[in-house]
Amino acid sequence: MNPAPAVKTLMIDGKDVSARADQSILDAAREHDIPIPTLCHLDGLSEAAACRLCLVELKGSPRLQPACVTLVEEGMEVTTQSPRLEKYRRMVVELLFAERNHVCSICVSNNMCELQDMAKQLGVTHVRFPYRYPRLPVDTSQERFTMDHNRCILCTRCVRVCMEIEGAHTWGVFGRGVDAHLITDLDIPWGTSDTCTSCGKCVQVCPTGALFEKSKVGMQSQKNPDFLNYLNEMREIER
Amino acid sequence: MTFEELEQLAAEARENREKSPCELNVCVAAGCLSLHSDAVKKSLEEEVKRTGATCRVRGTGCMGLCSLGPLVASEPSGLLYKSVAATDAAEIVENLEGAPVPRLLCSREQPFFQRQNLIVLENSGRIDPEKIEEYIAVDGYQALVHALTEMNPNEIIQEVSKSGLRGRGGAGYPTGLKWSTVAKTAGTTKYVICNADEGDPGAFMDRSVLESDPHRVLEGMAIAAYAVGATRGYIYVRAEYPLAVKRFGTAIREARRLGLLGSQICNTKFNFDMEVRIGGGAFVCGEETALIASIEGRRGTPRPRPPYPAQAGLWDMPTLINNVETFANIPSIVRRGGDWYASIGTKKSKGTKVFALTGKVRNVGLIEVPMGTTLRQIIYEIGGGVPEGHKFKAVQTGGPSGGCIPEQFLDLSVDYESLRELGSIMGSGGMIVMDDSACMVNVARYFMEFCMSESCGKCIPCRSGTAQMYELLTRMTLGTATPRDLELLEELCDMVSSTSLCGLGQSAPNPVLSTLRYFRDEYIEHINEKRCRAGVCECGSAVEVTA
Repeated sequence: MNPAPAVKTLMIDGKDVSARADQSILDAAREHDIPIPTLCHLDGLSEAAACRLCLVELKGSPRLQPACVTLVEEGMEVTTQSPRLEKYRRMVVELLFAERNHVCSICVSNNMCELQDMAKQLGVTHVRFPYRYPRLPVDTSQERFTMDHNRCILCTRCVRVCMEIEGAHTWGVFGRGVDAHLITDLDIPWGTSDTCTSCGKCVQVCPTGALFEKSKVGMQSQKNPDFLNYLNEMREIER
Repeated sequence: MTFEELEQLAAEARENREKSPCELNVCVAAGCLSLHSDAVKKSLEEEVKRTGATCRVRGTGCMGLCSLGPLVASEPSGLLYKSVAATDAAEIVENLEGAPVPRLLCSREQPFFQRQNLIVLENSGRIDPEKIEEYIAVDGYQALVHALTEMNPNEIIQEVSKSGLRGRGGAGYPTGLKWSTVAKTAGTTKYVICNADEGDPGAFMDRSVLESDPHRVLEGMAIAAYAVGATRGYIYVRAEYPLAVKRFGTAIREARRLGLLGSQICNTKFNFDMEVRIGGGAFVCGEETALIASIEGRRGTPRPRPPYPAQAGLWDMPTLINNVETFANIPSIVRRGGDWYASIGTKKSKGTKVFALTGKVRNVGLIEVPMGTTLRQIIYEIGGGVPEGHKFKAVQTGGPSGGCIPEQFLDLSVDYESLRELGSIMGSGGMIVMDDSACMVNVARYFMEFCMSESCGKCIPCRSGTAQMYELLTRMTLGTATPRDLELLEELCDMVSSTSLCGLGQSAPNPVLSTLRYFRDEYIEHINEKRCRAGVCECGSAVEVTA
């Protein structure tokens, strides 16, 4: 059996905390009820470090570091809230809204959307950047689920859950820059995918209304990614 | 292969050369080749055959002065002919031993050649890149054999550290330190990767080195592998460089044939082999973690560091990754010593740097100068200055990650620190000279468009932020921008550089920031007066339409 990892003590927002050496700053902070906003992170999945909302300031480091992938270190001094960080976080949300066609009033996930919640939480009242209004398709070919590219924020949770948990690897990212978008298999309609098992895990982990179950509206389409923790715990026990 | 065997090979190759003392070297690197130097070579060969002259016609690498290609050098007289056409063959062959052909003569005495200090490019244009014997004849592979038989890995790393060599890919990380990190990291398998995914607009240093002297890079990589304990190497070349891919492939085969790659090299325990991996046209794959992902067969997107490739790189193994030019410096450092290399350059930036000098300058081409050379010397003495009728405006270094340097800083020495202070970077060595016909807002827009389309799309600041900055810059060039747009642009520059995941996004705002710093007036003119002083943007016409 591996020896227990060393314990480190550090300071987050002026609060002394302890954490295992293999824990990220995000883990340590949440364990101590210090909130750090995230969109691409999900307990139970690998980290993408793509949404940049969890960036924190480290004393002695000129660069901001993503809390989700930065491991704790002895004597570290972390600042999770500052005017600079809050400004960047608001801009991230603004950029996400301006990038695609997010119209909350007609979205199945209205009031159950992590992007919407994040905007509220960070106090984003309006978007200063010009909306790009790209023309994006909606893939309804799957029997049970729909993919609406207009609402996707490319957090890649669906890609990771499909690969890491379901093991199907149906989802992937295609294209570069603002043209990057999700595809199923080798860019074929979702409904014709041979690899998709229709398990619906991608739908449950999707933070917005990009992936949703057909014929469910309003409170019915509440998402529940908690199965991830359960599955991972069971796997741990089996090991 | 032993040192004696190598010496013998070199002697044989030299003897072969002496058999036909008269040589015509035709540049067949991409620059001259695009001006049909292959046809020139062919007609020279035919002419030599027809007249029965005792002369060897060889294809060699880049001779530097690409704007006057195709270049032909006549040895042993040392004459250089410029802009040679296939129809000039008879005249050149006729005058082999007599007087030169004045019409085509290109003086080697001009500052373009005299002001350079060749280390990386020392064999470029002087040897046939497809023949390993020619490289051996000019002391090639001596460093490798010497390193393997006489030095231990630690001594090599010491020597590289002593040389003060810093990464030539642009960031300038101390090479010796990187090597010792990889050497000290425990691992059963280690890798060496050569980053030849040169993607900056206007940069062609790595391409030229690979096309002109591929064995030099290969030798550097093999020495590096021995020093860090790696057994396998990859060179990641972009697909847009088919000639470099072909010549490096030939170099690998030739080196294997002579036992300079493979198992038990030089009868030592050292095993090393390598292969070429071809990039798929993504600029971001020049970023080391994206490059590694691409070699592994995955989508080329960067991942957060740490862990650095030195700890967990290719297939999670300790990996040394250096740029083409960095590796190309190694044989000279091992052969002539770290102290010799450290004697060239400035206090913090040692050795020489290869630049691809291009844009509005008389002598366009490839140059190698000691660190600390001033921009004025590079542009005015070596480059010959801006062509008649125009005035120098700025020089862009570091490609889309770099910045524009205005005239008042031309006397500053070129080294990593000075360029960074000016808001630009050394970068891999692209140097684009711009005259007063360039609009700086439009230049910034051009580079932003490049970053926007080359962003991998993984992190939001780079993906969406570059697109927004491009939109704002476009408004300025169209004359529809407001002062508020400039504020937003500056806010975005700060945000994108502070929050992006990899170097591409972090440095994407640099062209905007540096032009804002030195040419803010032009931005203000575009916004307030709807005027473009260079006459490039259409913002003037927009006023007419609304009026």
